[in-house]
Amino acid sequence: MDTRTQEFLEYVQGGGQVETADWMPDDYRTRLVKFIEMHANSELMGVLPERDWILRAPTLQRKLALTAKIQDEVGHAQLIYRVVADLGKPRSACLDDLVSGKAKFHNVFHYPTKTWGDVGVIAWLVDAAAIVSQKALLKCSYAPYARIMKKICWEESFHILHGRDVILALVTGTEEQFELVQEALDRWWEPLMHFHGNPIPADEDPMYVWRIKSQANEDARQQFLDGYVPQIRELGLEIPDSALRRDEESGRWLYTEPDWDRLRAVVTGHGPASEERLAFRRLSREQVAWVENVVLAEAA
Amino acid sequence: MIFEVFRQERKGQPFQHAGSLDAPDEHFAEIYAREQYGRRQESVALWLVPRASLHEIDDFPDEFDLKYRRVDGYSIKARLREARERAGTLQG
Repeated sequence: MDTRTQEFLEYVQGGGQVETADWMPDDYRTRLVKFIEMHANSELMGVLPERDWILRAPTLQRKLALTAKIQDEVGHAQLIYRVVADLGKPRSACLDDLVSGKAKFHNVFHYPTKTWGDVGVIAWLVDAAAIVSQKALLKCSYAPYARIMKKICWEESFHILHGRDVILALVTGTEEQFELVQEALDRWWEPLMHFHGNPIPADEDPMYVWRIKSQANEDARQQFLDGYVPQIRELGLEIPDSALRRDEESGRWLYTEPDWDRLRAVVTGHGPASEERLAFRRLSREQVAWVENVVLAEAA
Repeated sequence: MIFEVFRQERKGQPFQHAGSLDAPDEHFAEIYAREQYGRRQESVALWLVPRASLHEIDDFPDEFDLKYRRVDGYSIKARLREARERAGTLQG
């Protein structure tokens, strides 16, 4: 490692932040682009499972809330793609790589939503898991991304509340409604345990070494479990892992090791809904191409 | 065109840099800015500035070590002690 890179590394590890025009090592820039691009892709792909439910949402109020959430997430994607563009990769190139399957998006958006219970679990728990990661990104060494995260976290807290409200309505409803939530939780527990990634030690995780992330994967998962296992259990829901318990001595959660090969397969486009979602994104990209042309022509 | 967006959260507060947006012209920039930075009443005002219009200064050399302009240019501890001793007001 050359002196300049070494100094940069010490700077970010000491809590220093970097602006767009500052010098940065190529490896840092490459990893930054990959990480932030995946985040933008996930915001964009994350609206598809919810989009399926706009017409099927049980009340007008729920339809409006769901639509607002979808609008927020597409908005987040726009903000984040802008950050990636300033790092050298234009949004159109990101979208090309997304629809071709070359770029990744988060594991949880590769799964289908079977019932309205799934929508509640996604809005509550998937968003809760996401906010754990996103709050840690407020300290990201790349300042423009950290600044954008402030706005995103603020909107996500509304999403979690919306999700919790959906879940509470179901668990206080009929037996059948309660069951919808329990079944959805059974389906989503493994993807939720996968969410923060494999428990690679922080010092071996380049994203942490460069302080793009400010915490280890396992710490994020522990934080999620700390916050949400009690909230799930107090509703009378059962988490489908008999080994899950908090070790009083260490304060850490113990659980059945998730299947990390399955996570790898899912995020590389082999999840149960990966193909369908990408096909839809491809189709809508073709269908709205004319809008872009009209807007650019009008402005020219 | 890239526009830098500055937002004011409440009247009387400073405008802070919020992010940027890419728009074909000022008309679209306004629409996008309202949508992306103000749709939930989180801002009372926005400034949109074409990135090309920003003039940035980011180096502030201090060749002459002008520390008499700053608080770290004044070390009064020793003299204060001396003054107190002289006045007989030194404690402990």
